[in-house]
Amino acid sequence: MELYELTIHELHEKLKKREVSSVEATKSLLARIDAVEEKVKAFITVTPEEALKNAEAADKRIAAGEMDLLTGIPIALKDIFLTEGILTTCASRILSNFIPPYDATAAARLKERGMVLLGKLNQDEFAMGSSTETSWFGKTRNPWNLECIPGGSSGGSAAAVAAQQAVATLGTDTGGSIRQPAAHCGCVGLKPTYGRVSRYGVIAFASSLDQVGPITRDVTDCAIMLGAVAGHDPKDSTSVDTPVPDYLKALTGEVRGLRIGLPREYFIEGLDPDVKKAMDDAIATFRGLGAGFVEMSLPHTEHAIAVYYLIATAEASSNLARYDGVRFGYRNPDARGLLDMYMVSRDEGFGAEVKRRIMLGTYALSSGYYDAYYLKAQKVRTLITRDFIDAFESVDLILTPVAPTPAFRIGEKENDPLQMYLSDIFTIPVNLAGTCGVSVPAGFNGDGLPIGLQLIGRPFGEETVLRAAHAFEQATEWHKRKAAI
Amino acid sequence: MKYQAVIGLEVHVQLLTNTKIFCGCSTRFGAEPNSQTCPVCLGLPGALPVLNRRVVEFAVRAGLATNCAIAPRSIFARKNYFYPDLPKGYQISQYELAICSAGHLDIDVDGETKRIGITRIHMEEDAGKLVHLDTMEAGEKSYVDLNRACTPLLEVVSEPDLRSADEAVAYLKKLHQIVVYLGICDGNMEEGSFRCDANVSLMPVGAGEFGTRAELKNINSFRFVKQAIEYEIERQAEILDDGGKVVQETRLFDPATGTTRSMRGKEEAHDYRYFPDPDLVPLVVSDDWIAEIRGTLPELPDAKKARYTGEFGLPEYDAEVLSASRDIADYFDACVALYPQAKPVSNWVMGEVLRALKEDNRAVADCPVTPRLLTEMLRLVEQGTISGKIAKTVFDEMYKTGKEPAGIVEEKGLVQVSDSGAIEQIIDEVLVANPDNVEQYRGGKEKLFGFFVGQVMKASRGKANPALVNELLLKKLKG
Repeated sequence: MELYELTIHELHEKLKKREVSSVEATKSLLARIDAVEEKVKAFITVTPEEALKNAEAADKRIAAGEMDLLTGIPIALKDIFLTEGILTTCASRILSNFIPPYDATAAARLKERGMVLLGKLNQDEFAMGSSTETSWFGKTRNPWNLECIPGGSSGGSAAAVAAQQAVATLGTDTGGSIRQPAAHCGCVGLKPTYGRVSRYGVIAFASSLDQVGPITRDVTDCAIMLGAVAGHDPKDSTSVDTPVPDYLKALTGEVRGLRIGLPREYFIEGLDPDVKKAMDDAIATFRGLGAGFVEMSLPHTEHAIAVYYLIATAEASSNLARYDGVRFGYRNPDARGLLDMYMVSRDEGFGAEVKRRIMLGTYALSSGYYDAYYLKAQKVRTLITRDFIDAFESVDLILTPVAPTPAFRIGEKENDPLQMYLSDIFTIPVNLAGTCGVSVPAGFNGDGLPIGLQLIGRPFGEETVLRAAHAFEQATEWHKRKAAI
Repeated sequence: MKYQAVIGLEVHVQLLTNTKIFCGCSTRFGAEPNSQTCPVCLGLPGALPVLNRRVVEFAVRAGLATNCAIAPRSIFARKNYFYPDLPKGYQISQYELAICSAGHLDIDVDGETKRIGITRIHMEEDAGKLVHLDTMEAGEKSYVDLNRACTPLLEVVSEPDLRSADEAVAYLKKLHQIVVYLGICDGNMEEGSFRCDANVSLMPVGAGEFGTRAELKNINSFRFVKQAIEYEIERQAEILDDGGKVVQETRLFDPATGTTRSMRGKEEAHDYRYFPDPDLVPLVVSDDWIAEIRGTLPELPDAKKARYTGEFGLPEYDAEVLSASRDIADYFDACVALYPQAKPVSNWVMGEVLRALKEDNRAVADCPVTPRLLTEMLRLVEQGTISGKIAKTVFDEMYKTGKEPAGIVEEKGLVQVSDSGAIEQIIDEVLVANPDNVEQYRGGKEKLFGFFVGQVMKASRGKANPALVNELLLKKLKG
């Protein structure tokens, strides 16, 4: 077994016992990146020097007996996290030269624990997409089938884990951007409750929806990563000051008596038959473990996509105003005068999908349209949130598919934004409600593409979500399968 | 004039906090460009605002002092527009739910008191500054200095209750006085710490409906406010007289010419696309916090004036002068606390103290004659140790040296002579030296009395007790 195949907890044990050094593990991962990156294209930037420097420091820390679960573990970050001194692009031309002067809080917390930073991962431009096809730096491929998309927007984060180019990664999830690529790449991906992880230093797409979370090879790693980045940050006013539980302790394997809801609106006619079968099997597995199921309803689900594409684009149109060529990022050098500089720089700096969303959002906020679009969307968002609050009166978890289909082929939906938007139909409501959800491997289709299962929990109910996901993982073999590249 | 002017003011008050409204950078004026910046006020990707609680406290102070209702829950909103001095591409302000609303101020114009409504007071961040340079080496270039970006401001919006330039100035002066009293603004109009936009429209006298308004910008002194509004009233009146229509627009005041010119019309007006800022949670201000802030409010000018005329029995004029600035009022109050005779204190403060400070261009707080020194001197006068005239000499000496009044009196031998024998002797000498005048006086020219007093005082080098001089002189002259 190669070192790059290990999970965080497996590698941690070996580091602790001094069977291997972090430098050895890091070299193994860097070699793996060298070997497969040409096919997968998961990275925008690989940082081998930084990685080896971190690994040496980690080895010293381990020798001094100051070891954390993440000390010496090679990790990569979505290129949406600011990393001091390391190019951070958000997969956009407009930030193609941006070297941040500070670290995102999530990155800083991993650094403090002694992570080894392997590099920065590809994504949809400004996290706007479900396929990692909108990146200025090219498309990432699905390690299970290089003709398919890895999902998005955290496609690089999921592909790198699936292709064993990083032990674990961080992504962000605004409408499914962690869970959907995790499902498409056969990984575990968690979108924590809004406010659980600081957004400071994470390039904003839609501020009221964005949330940081891990993509890992198994649920145990997911719990470790969440524990490392979660917690109040005085620099993010929306981060919530509630204690961070020991998520590893929550992984008891026990789900007896757990009430799991099956929302009618998510098990619709036309659901991909392989996905449907995987869900049925998963329900049977949970029943076998002693969990109970109830049919239930989340009545406002049908409005979720419309609401999302008004609120997310409105916030994005404002969040992306700072990319104006004045202080940092791309500026067309030939522009004449201020207006020209703005228009040409932004026209050339942003890709088509980003521009589409800026225009949608600008429209939704415009005077005369605000009440009909943005304000109404906010009201419906409240109804959707209430759906979940009401549901959690009678169930502990909600089980749904992550995506209506397994990964689709590259280019298949690129010119059909509405079809693309629909691929997030099961994940978006969780962001609107601000609660948490995990994606766990739950099977494969006939073509060998992974299928993901979503478990949605109460706000700050990550322990229950992880406990159930872990019990399911222990009862199945899906997570043990590796993509053959 | 057949038109009635209708004026509303929007005043921007820069707050005297040490740090900016959404980050920890210093608000100091005049530092190296961009030296007081961080990821937040530079608008770097990923940076997030965190509200400075002190700004909220200052806003509540302003609201309480202007009789506003304080909102238990208010919201920050983004005002979206592009400009190079606005790093995020939006300004964080308050829009629908402002922290203070429905207040008022009372102003006095031509002896009448008038109540001016305050629609709202909200918090917001300032923008940076653009510097345009044209140098031999670099050619024409624009530079951005973001030291001022994210500096806290209050915007105070009045109701359109003002009816003349004089009322507008009176309102503005009153508001200025209050924010300086509250210690939340340095009031420096030249540096832009207190700046004003004016909305001006005309309607026929007696009409019920307001006319179309113009918004005047860049008015940074009380004098310019008067000038700009008066010019604008005249300009609009001419248009209406000629049968034209005033267009809704933003106009820039030019202090060099005292005129206003069009900056942008209604069709060029921005659509700011306000929406609640998702990076900031709703601001909750508890009743307890409001009560705590209320407890720290200083006595405001109107209350002081009322106390000076009522409790102290001072004339209206004295009360006005003494309450005009908090420094003067604090000085005066400190004096009265030590020497509870308001009128003599008032005379000295309004007279010698303010005169000396003005000549010296010094702040009241830096006055070398502290309230203790001044009142000790007044006590010496009251006890008859020195005369009122000598007291002025003592005051000047205290102002120059900061020495104790008793020490000065002793050192310079300024003790008042109240020994009637000694004074009689001086009087005798004066009468002997001026026999003609004595004769004329006794012949009925009583106006000469003043001459004799002067001579006696001069001979005593000002030290003779004036009351005693009068008494004894009269006795001797009448013989």
